[in-house]
Amino acid sequence: MSALLTRDLRLAMRAGGGFGLGLAFFLILAVLVPLGVGPEQATLALIAPGILWVGALLACLLSLDRIFALDYEDGSLDLLATAPVPLEAVVSIKALAHWLTTGLPLVLISPVLGLLLHLPPSAYGWLILSLALGTPALSVIGTFGAALTVGLKRGGLLLSLLVLPLYIPTLVFGAEVVSRGAQGLDISTALALLGGITAGAVAILPFASALVIRINLR
Amino acid sequence: MASIWQYANPLKFMRTTDWLLPIVAVAAVVVTATGLIWGFFFTPDDFRQGSTVKIIFLHVPSALMAINAWIMMLVASLIWLIRRHHVSALAARAAAPIGLVMTLIGLITGAVWGQPMWGAWWAWDPRLTSFLILLLFYLGYIALWSAIDDPDTAADLTAVLCLVGSVFALLSRYAAFFWSQGLHQGASLSVQAGTRVDWAYKAPLYVSMAGFSLIFVALVLAGTRTEIRARRMKALVARERMAA
Repeated sequence: MSALLTRDLRLAMRAGGGFGLGLAFFLILAVLVPLGVGPEQATLALIAPGILWVGALLACLLSLDRIFALDYEDGSLDLLATAPVPLEAVVSIKALAHWLTTGLPLVLISPVLGLLLHLPPSAYGWLILSLALGTPALSVIGTFGAALTVGLKRGGLLLSLLVLPLYIPTLVFGAEVVSRGAQGLDISTALALLGGITAGAVAILPFASALVIRINLR
Repeated sequence: MASIWQYANPLKFMRTTDWLLPIVAVAAVVVTATGLIWGFFFTPDDFRQGSTVKIIFLHVPSALMAINAWIMMLVASLIWLIRRHHVSALAARAAAPIGLVMTLIGLITGAVWGQPMWGAWWAWDPRLTSFLILLLFYLGYIALWSAIDDPDTAADLTAVLCLVGSVFALLSRYAAFFWSQGLHQGASLSVQAGTRVDWAYKAPLYVSMAGFSLIFVALVLAGTRTEIRARRMKALVARERMAA
């Protein structure tokens, strides 16, 4: 399993494109929004939590179709499915690799983008915490979406139609944590719910993803 | 022995719906027409809302069926996943577009009512938002059905999506309530709450709700029959090709 993880990480780093792309997209979004909305500090500070969370969501979405597509094409997914390691574990590892290459960098770079968007200083901690807590859910849910569409020729657009509605609860609670934190309000409820969604998704969705992959490989 | 599962046999299903469908369809038309005509022309105008109140006879039944259609799809998906009855999968497929249209009717009639009453076509109210999210779930479900060629794979994948989607749709609903305080009034009809709506409105409303339910049943039956026939046709074409 650790071999699979290192293999996926290595592929993501060296195959070009995938790794930096999400980050670059996140950066571009944080540059485009002030250009579209205007440079007023108060306005930007108000919408910064939402923009950063929506940006993280879309950046995650970009690399989802790579999770299984290449393995499906060259047949390694069939091998993984028949390997002694349970497919549920394989799926979890894939989601973990996706999070390490997409979610974690987003978490690390988010304070810089918060700076660009004039996020109030009191919210930086909550931004990092909420993204760190929420992005694993994005990866796991996205893995489920990628598993659903793995057999399709042009699944990319369908994938986003399927996955984005599933991201709504995470987005709502994640952005709520940041905006409440920015206003100095109590964030414990939103944070607990965000963590609950992530925990539930991580616990249950790998089973659904593995089931779906078995169906797709039939 | 008679059991509900015998209708999982497509032949038995077709034979039964042969005579059942016309009855349900006629009943649907009669009951809905009764409810709507009664509601639109034979109820008094509301004290404050004027005649705009009458849109309730379209709005509430369609919203009810939008949610019930999804629940029916969930049950049908479970039956397909557990007992693998093809009719069940096809019924779930047939229900999706109807639920989508019911959701749209609910949203549009709501917008038409909201414009004079709230002064806005749309508000990011939790109830409205969760309905819009339901619309997205319907779209994704239908898109996945039409994207996959193999019918059994498509049925399996959409069934799993329906299960997972139901959980997330519920979560989204609570998230929406957490996220914004509502403008939409609470439930007008409820089993527990006292009468908040006068019987002059309630009676035709119940009739239209029954009518919309019948419409839904009739359309699902018709849709499922169409799907079964399409399947048969495909099988026949395949057999011809094999013979040729």
